[in-house]
Amino acid sequence: MSAAYRLATGGLIDRATPLDFTFDGRALRGFAGDTLASALVANGVRTVGRSFKYHRPRGLFTAGPEEPSGLVELGSGARREPNTKATTAELFAGLRVASQNRWPSLKFDLMAVNGLLAPLFVAGFYYKTFMWPAALWERLYEPVIRRAAGLGRASGAPDPDPYDKSHAFCDLLVIGSGPAGLAAALAAGRAGARVILCEDDFRLGGRLLSERQEIDGRPGPDWVGAIEAELAALPEVRILRRTQVFGAYDGGTYGAVERVTDHLPRPEPGLPRQRLWKIAARRVVLAAGAVERPLVFGGNDRPGVMMAASVRTYLNRHAAAPGRRAAVFTTTDDGWRTALDLQAAGVEVAVVIEARHAAPPALAEAARRGGAQIVLGGQVTETRGLGRLRQVIAGDSAFGVDLLAISGGWNPQVALSSHLGGRAVWSEALATFIPGEPPPGMSVAGAAAGQMTLAACLAAGGRAGAEAVIDLGFKARPPVFKADDEAASVSPLWRVAGSRGKAFVDLQHDVTDKDIELAAREGFRTVEHLKRYTTLGMATDQGKTSNLNGHALIAELTGRSIPEAGTTLARPPHLPVAIAAFAGHHRGVHFRPARPTPSHDWAREQGASLVDAGQWKRAQWFRRPGETDWLETVRREVTAVRTGVGVCDVSTLGKIDIQGPDAGAFLDRVYINTFSTLPVGKARYGVMLREDGLVLDDGTTARLGAEHFVMSTTTVNAGRVMQHLEYCHQALWPDLDLQMVSVTEQWAQFAVAGPKSRALLQALVGGAADLSAEAFPYMGAVAFRLDGVAARLFRLSFSGELAFEIAVPASFGDSLIRALMAAGADFGVQPYGTEALGVMRIEKGHVGGGELNGQTTARDLGLGRMMSRKKACIGKAMAGRPGLADPQRPILVGVTPLDATQRLRGGAHFLRLGAEASAANDEGHLTSTAFSPSLERWIGLGLLVGGDQRIGERIRAYDPIRGGDVEVEVRHPVFLDPEGVRLHV
Amino acid sequence: MRIPCPYCGERDLSEFVCRGEVATRPDPTTLSAGLDALYLRDNPAGPTREHWYHAQGCRLWLVVERDTRTHAVTGARPAAEAGS
Ligand SMILES: [Zn+2]
Repeated sequence: MSAAYRLATGGLIDRATPLDFTFDGRALRGFAGDTLASALVANGVRTVGRSFKYHRPRGLFTAGPEEPSGLVELGSGARREPNTKATTAELFAGLRVASQNRWPSLKFDLMAVNGLLAPLFVAGFYYKTFMWPAALWERLYEPVIRRAAGLGRASGAPDPDPYDKSHAFCDLLVIGSGPAGLAAALAAGRAGARVILCEDDFRLGGRLLSERQEIDGRPGPDWVGAIEAELAALPEVRILRRTQVFGAYDGGTYGAVERVTDHLPRPEPGLPRQRLWKIAARRVVLAAGAVERPLVFGGNDRPGVMMAASVRTYLNRHAAAPGRRAAVFTTTDDGWRTALDLQAAGVEVAVVIEARHAAPPALAEAARRGGAQIVLGGQVTETRGLGRLRQVIAGDSAFGVDLLAISGGWNPQVALSSHLGGRAVWSEALATFIPGEPPPGMSVAGAAAGQMTLAACLAAGGRAGAEAVIDLGFKARPPVFKADDEAASVSPLWRVAGSRGKAFVDLQHDVTDKDIELAAREGFRTVEHLKRYTTLGMATDQGKTSNLNGHALIAELTGRSIPEAGTTLARPPHLPVAIAAFAGHHRGVHFRPARPTPSHDWAREQGASLVDAGQWKRAQWFRRPGETDWLETVRREVTAVRTGVGVCDVSTLGKIDIQGPDAGAFLDRVYINTFSTLPVGKARYGVMLREDGLVLDDGTTARLGAEHFVMSTTTVNAGRVMQHLEYCHQALWPDLDLQMVSVTEQWAQFAVAGPKSRALLQALVGGAADLSAEAFPYMGAVAFRLDGVAARLFRLSFSGELAFEIAVPASFGDSLIRALMAAGADFGVQPYGTEALGVMRIEKGHVGGGELNGQTTARDLGLGRMMSRKKACIGKAMAGRPGLADPQRPILVGVTPLDATQRLRGGAHFLRLGAEASAANDEGHLTSTAFSPSLERWIGLGLLVGGDQRIGERIRAYDPIRGGDVEVEVRHPVFLDPEGVRLHV
Repeated sequence: MRIPCPYCGERDLSEFVCRGEVATRPDPTTLSAGLDALYLRDNPAGPTREHWYHAQGCRLWLVVERDTRTHAVTGARPAAEAGS
């Protein structure tokens, strides 16, 4: 089976390795070294899809990553990959390809009727259609437009493949491996610099693979092979193929994505599909080349119309002929080379239509000798052919051809040079934009810089590579190569006047020259407005082939020069990057790290329900057989603590070890209350403020030695408090002599709470510590050894019961929880989770996350009297400002429903009885709610305007979202044992 | 962006937390001076001094000199030595 359009000889393909694939179910064959596009060309497939708005048949327009129209769907199921450029997809055996945006079939597309409805889809149609009767929009227009306009379909299934991220560092990053890039990499690599060479293609060489040019007397691809071998042998040079540098970021950081296994028939186990590279480069040579510019004339989108340099790529690199009888339409010297390469490959060139009035003499003579008719000063005004090109019309002449190669000049790939704000500048000689001021550390070489001949590219690349590393202290010199400066002049032709049929500027978004005229007439004159109004350059190809032509047209239509009209600013990414590549392995359970508590394994054995608390996995409750409802479970756990004894893992609270002669003085400055006077062996509850006077966090700090404190923070604020304390010490008071370190991970800590807690613990520690009320009163703190292990004991209570917290090094946490449960068996000990913990703290009116919400002052929370008058502290000055001291601020209160059967919900708003439910009448909200087993009803904490003066008042807790409207009584926030009798036994 | 930590060397932006411009502390003696120090920032277009915390590294608070127009970082030293 030989493909009909495969040339008999030549090309960088491996004819010994045939690759079978299917296109819309049709079995086809290509070779290793083919792209999907070149294999389709070799098989004579000309139409590969339908266009975005008008559903016009579209073919392959280019041979590279700038492709606007040859978009297909690869694979199936969850691996279906829509909108893939056939020109960059590497062919592999078994590849299944489907055309897209056609219904029911590529040949017979009912939606082509859109072409007749063209007025519907003119520039600005999104905006204009919004002005139709709104009632019809949702039901009629939107679904119709959605079905009619668009590209491929996403699979809708989770991505089954793994993605990875890597970091890399180098002296010189070379972007692009054409002649300039290879010369730059070689200059730097020979000097011993660390070089990373990134090439988007699967093969190094850039345009050298597509041309019949020689360097040092050898064919381009042979020369590339020799340079590649030398680079590969240099230990400090890393070559990344299939790697697209998509963005330039601050500080010499570059983003790149490597397609690791996309070219393989199936994902290799252990390898990611793609890898995102973050490359920190000291210097960069941008040698990304240039993109050939299309010509705008009637029917320029018909399958069979192809960029001239891309024709050469198919001929020379892939040995595939895009047609049998060709015409060339050019306004550059470059186009003539395509005519000669076609003739060399045995393709008949019927005519070369040169828009200029003079042709490059030597090239024209050669083309004439090869049998081509030559038209000078001619222009293609129309193409004809149903579905594919049959005829080219230039003025009064018609030419029967199946291929039209067009050449309008070259646009340097300036995008990466402008990602950090550098504006491209206009070159009159090249009729295009070239890089302006590139980012620090970057130089641009070769065609990307507007150096359009091979000799110039080699010289500029070598010089840029050498200069970059000399700048870093290496000894380097540019390599010297022998090559020709080929003819490369160009006269711009922005569009063909008098065209018949649609003349496309942007093939991917179906933007025509008429759309741009309309935009100009309607006043969208700036290039940024033009872009948004017509969607020019906003498709996935980001206008790589279309932007300049569009901007030139708007300049002409508005009577300005092109540099006056300007060009849009490029932003990363340069090419589309899968979101999965940015996510890498951070998805699903690996989205963020999980922190198990020291008792995690034990809690799982007990059947605990786990809940996320930040990154922590905490036991929420321990359901027992027969319990049908979590409220029932929590009620049992609370009752166990209030009447017996319970155990809870509280290791997640932040723990900060603070030591030094000035540790006490330091704490005085960060807490509103005093700690320097705290006796050794005691703990104290403290509140710290932000600099603006609002509460940052609360917790207890114990003094274990004269110069040794251990602070605890809330679970959520552990990191923030640590950062705050470090800031205070380092930035504000570096003269204070102390050190601090977070020991949250190092200590396992369990609350043992309830009337029987002392008996349980005394049974556990035996003679190691005396827990009697006399020896170890409320707020006591002691370090001791338990079975030879360092241990700490605190008499703290969050539940309001007689309670202790016992701590051991984290690696002993599992042993300790098991020992506590064993020692507690005789006392009926029960584990309790965060839910019971929360219920008991609400019963006791202790503030938690709902109240420490970043908007409350110490006074709001009923803690104002803790503020020491004898000393200054962070936030004290600002806490006294009128707005924060206003008695009409929302103040912490408790509430209970008048009807004991009614439920409270957090977030409900407080209203005066009889007041209209409006924002103006809002008087605060419920911050925490729980069903209290002790009170046998729902209770809540909330922030109520002037609340401390309104105890006993009846108000409404209004929750329109969940249909709640409950009359409640305002109470003191401590619901249970306000005198603290239970605490002090 | 990359920040040259004097302790760890040049490190990636993602390891740091930015606190904002180096500002004077609120003056407790007058309300307006306190509010100015809290809420008013110069926000210059050009060189500025900022507090950055090497959270994923040595935990040093740094005074980083940065140009807000170009993100060019021209210096970083420990806040404890910067006399701020
Ligand atoms: Zn550091």
